[in-house]
Amino acid sequence: MQYRVQVQETDFDVGKEYQALLSSHRCGAVAQFVGVMRDYNDGDDVLAMELEHYPGMTERSIEAIIERATLRWSLLSVAVIHRVGPLLPGENIVFVGVSAMHRHAAFAACEFIMDFLKSEAPFWKKERRKDGSDYWVDARDSDTAALARWAE
Amino acid sequence: MITVLFFAKYREQLGLGRLPYDLVSTITVSDLKMELAKKGDQWSAVLNADNTICAVNQVIASDEDMISDGDEVAFYPPVTGG
Repeated sequence: MQYRVQVQETDFDVGKEYQALLSSHRCGAVAQFVGVMRDYNDGDDVLAMELEHYPGMTERSIEAIIERATLRWSLLSVAVIHRVGPLLPGENIVFVGVSAMHRHAAFAACEFIMDFLKSEAPFWKKERRKDGSDYWVDARDSDTAALARWAE
Repeated sequence: MITVLFFAKYREQLGLGRLPYDLVSTITVSDLKMELAKKGDQWSAVLNADNTICAVNQVIASDEDMISDGDEVAFYPPVTGG
């Protein structure tokens, strides 16, 4: 199993990431998720966003999540890319890509990694709203609840 | 000496992201919170909030976990990435 974790200000190319996930001819399934910035959140228009993270711990926590995924499913390759810094509506925020021999493992692991990333990896979003105010986004209970289905 | 870090909303509320802190002896996370909370109302609000997360050396810690000289201790609000 090979994996890659990147935290970066620049955008990523989903096509290139797809090619990179096709690491071996044993690969029979690739699942990819891309999180995109909305121009609307909790009833307010959002003009821009700033993403902060905890350098070092961010990478460690994502690696730990990938490690947990590999204990549950047979995976060939995993890539997680998360952007930080200023972002505009319509821009990519996060990429999770998984390749495996079979689709079930690829689908499930992709969702598992994304669910745990949302509630464990130390990133924080600050939104600039239409009225000019800045607002730190609150964590959602639904994100914590999403972890329940992975309970063993 | 330990390094105490604050992120996101907490960093803004306290007006600082990094605080070098002299450690007299090994203490628990709970002890450190109590000490820092004495610095003022904002500090007490941040450190005593129910959902404040603490990480010691970049691993999530609980109130009973120990902090030793040279450690990096972070306090931050619930995460909102993805």
